[in-house]
Amino acid sequence: MDLLLPLIPLFPLGGVLFIGFASRQLGEDAHLPAIVAVLMSFLASCAVFAKVWGGAELSADLFPWIVAGSFQTSIYLVADRLTAVMLMVVTGISTLIHIYSVGYMHGDPRYPRFFAYLNFFVFSMTMLVLAGNYLLLFVFWEAVGLASYLLIGFWFERDSAANAGKKAFIVNRVGDFGFSLALMLLFVNLGTLNIAEIGALQSRLPLAMATAIPLLLFVGATGKSAQVPLYIWLPDAMEGPTPVSALIHAATMVTAGVYMMVRSAPLFLGSAVAMQTVAVIGCATALLAATIGLVQNDIKKVLAYSTVSQLGYMVLGVGVGAFGAAMFHLVTHAFFKACLFLGAGSVIHAMHEEQDIRQMGGLRRYLPQTSLTFLVASFALAGVPPFAGFWSKDEILGAALHGGHTLLFVVGLFTAFLTAFYTFRLYFLTFEGELRARNAHPHESPATMTTPLLVLGTLALIGGFFNVPGFLEGAHAAGGHAELGAGHEGGMSHNALLLLSAAVSLSGVWLAHATYRKRDGVPRDALYERFARFHRVLLNKWYVDEIYEWLVVQPVMRGSRLLLRVLDKGLIDGAVNGLARLVGNIGGAMSVEQSGRIPTYILSMAIGVVATLAYVLVGGGS
Amino acid sequence: MIPLAWYLVLSALLFALGALVVMTRRNALHLFMGVELMLNAGNLVLLTGARLHGGAEAPAAMLFVLALAGAEVAVGLALIVLTHRTRGTLDVGAINFLRG
Repeated sequence: MDLLLPLIPLFPLGGVLFIGFASRQLGEDAHLPAIVAVLMSFLASCAVFAKVWGGAELSADLFPWIVAGSFQTSIYLVADRLTAVMLMVVTGISTLIHIYSVGYMHGDPRYPRFFAYLNFFVFSMTMLVLAGNYLLLFVFWEAVGLASYLLIGFWFERDSAANAGKKAFIVNRVGDFGFSLALMLLFVNLGTLNIAEIGALQSRLPLAMATAIPLLLFVGATGKSAQVPLYIWLPDAMEGPTPVSALIHAATMVTAGVYMMVRSAPLFLGSAVAMQTVAVIGCATALLAATIGLVQNDIKKVLAYSTVSQLGYMVLGVGVGAFGAAMFHLVTHAFFKACLFLGAGSVIHAMHEEQDIRQMGGLRRYLPQTSLTFLVASFALAGVPPFAGFWSKDEILGAALHGGHTLLFVVGLFTAFLTAFYTFRLYFLTFEGELRARNAHPHESPATMTTPLLVLGTLALIGGFFNVPGFLEGAHAAGGHAELGAGHEGGMSHNALLLLSAAVSLSGVWLAHATYRKRDGVPRDALYERFARFHRVLLNKWYVDEIYEWLVVQPVMRGSRLLLRVLDKGLIDGAVNGLARLVGNIGGAMSVEQSGRIPTYILSMAIGVVATLAYVLVGGGS
Repeated sequence: MIPLAWYLVLSALLFALGALVVMTRRNALHLFMGVELMLNAGNLVLLTGARLHGGAEAPAAMLFVLALAGAEVAVGLALIVLTHRTRGTLDVGAINFLRG
C-alpha cells in the first residue's frame, strides 16, 4: 500500500472540485489552484519515479469497488517503470500547458471552466495510467474521452467545434466497443481483469481467444490513438483551443492507446496474427496521414496529421514487438509535438486567430522565441540528428528491419522523408520569407506562453538521449526490445541504419528548403502543381470523409429515418396516441350524461328510486 | 277516528306532489318548495309510525329532519340568491354549472 499513488490523481481532482465550486469567486485567478494541483501531482510523480528507479513496483489497493458474486474488483493502482514514465510525461507536460494556457486563454468568458476541464483531464489520465485492472483503465479511458469531448467543443457556439466534439466522441465509441468486448472475453476466459494476473495467465487462453482479444484491444486503440480507419476524428479535434490540441490531442490522451497496448504486451506477444495486423495498420496510418499532411494549409491541421502519422509509428513499434521503442517515441513525440502545437498557438495568437500558413511568412523576425523553439521541434519531428525524434523513430525502424518486416521498414523510411518535407514546408511558409497577410501586426507572446515553449524546446533537443527503452527493459522483460540488440539478420548494421535514416530526413528538409525558401517572390506549392490530379486527391484527404459519409453516415441516417417513421411514429406513437384517443372518446360518450341540468338529474334519480323500489317490493325482495 | 292508513295515503300524495313540482317546475324557488313538501311528507310518515308502534325514536328522527330542513333552507336560499346574481336567472334548465 503506497499512499503516494492515490495522491497523484487526487490533487487534480481537488482542483476540479475547488474551481468548480468557486469559479465565480476565482474569475481570472482560476489558473492558480489548477497549476498548483498539477504541479503537486508532478512532484508526486517525480517521487514515484525515484521510487521505481531501481525496479521496484508500487501498488495501492484502495477499496473494493464492485462486489457482485464471483466478480470482485477494487480501485487498485500500480506503478512500475512504464507507469512512471507515462506519469512524468503526462503531469510534466500538463504543468507546462497549464502555465501556457494562462496567457492563451486570457480574457475568455469561460476561463475557470477551461482550467477545471484541464484538471479533470489530468485526473482521468493519471488514473488511466495508474490503473491496475482493465475495468478501472476502461472507465478512465472513457473519462479522458469525455474530457476530450468537452474541450474540443469548448467554444461550442461555433457549429464546427460542437460537431467536431461529437465526431470525436462517436468515432471513439466504435473503438471502445471493441475494447469492452475484449474485456468481457478476458473475464469469461480467465476470470480476472487484473492486468498483471492476465499477463501471467495468457498462455491458458485458447487459440481463437488469444488472437481475438488482442485484436479487439487494438480496435480500442485505433479509436483512441487515431489509427486507420478511425483516425478521422483527430484532425477535426483541432477545433478546440490550441493548448488542448497540444496536451490531449498530441502529447498525452491519444497515446493512451499505445500505452494500453504496451501494458498488454503479453497478450499481444501471444498472437503473431495480431502483431502483424497492428504493424501493418500502424505503418499504413503513418503513410496515409503523412501524405495528407503534405498539402494542408491550416497550421494546426498539418500538425494534426503529423500526430496521426507519428502515432502510426508508435503502433508500428508495438506491432514489430519493439514496445520500449514505441514508448520512447511516445515520450519524445510528446515533447516535440507539444512544443510545435504550443508554438502554433503562439503564432495564431500573434496573427489574431489566423491559421492559414499562406497568410503567414517571415514571422521569425516578430516571434524570435517561438520560431526558435518551433525550429528545434521541427528538426525533432523531421528526425534530424541529434534531435529527439531521430533516435526514437530510428529505434522503431530498426526494430522493423531486424524483425524481418522489410516492406514496413521501407514504407516507414519513405514516410520519414515525407514527414521531413511537410514539417519544413510548414516551417518555411510560416517563419521565413515575407509576411503575406496585410494589416497584420504580429507580436511575441507573453512570458507565460514562451517559457513552456523554451522548456519543451530544450526537451525536444535532448529528449533523444533519455534511454527509455533501456529503462523499461528491466520492467518489461516481455518487451521485444531485447531482440533489437540480439539479431542483426536484417543485414544492415545499426550505424548504417542511423546514417540512412539521417540522410532520408535531411533530404526531405533539403527538398522543402529548395521549394519554399524563396528570397524573392511568394513561395508556391511548385512541386504540387506538377501533380495536380494527385494533389487534388490529397487536398480532399483521399476522400475518406466522403467514403464514410456514403458508407456509414448516410445509411445510418436513412435507417434512422425509416425507424422513426415506421417504429417510432407508426407503432409507438400510434399505440400511445391511440390509447389516449380511445380514453378521450369513452369520456366524451359518458359526459353526455353529465349535462349539468338539474331537472335531468332529478328525473333520473326518481326513475332510479322507483325502479329500485319496484324491484324490492315486487321481485327481488323474497 | 281517522284510520292511520289515511295518514300514509296523505303523506304519499304530498310526496308525489312535491316530486312532481321538483320534476316539472323550472324555477329554482319552486323546486325548493317541492323539496320542503317531500321532507314534510316524510315527517308525516315518521309520526304515523310513532302512533302505530309507540316509542320515541320516530319523533326524534322527525326533529332531526326539521333541523335539517332548516339548515337546508339557510344554505339553499343563499345559493339561490347567489345564482340569481351571477346568472341573472333562476331557470334550472339554464343553470348547468355541473356540466361535465
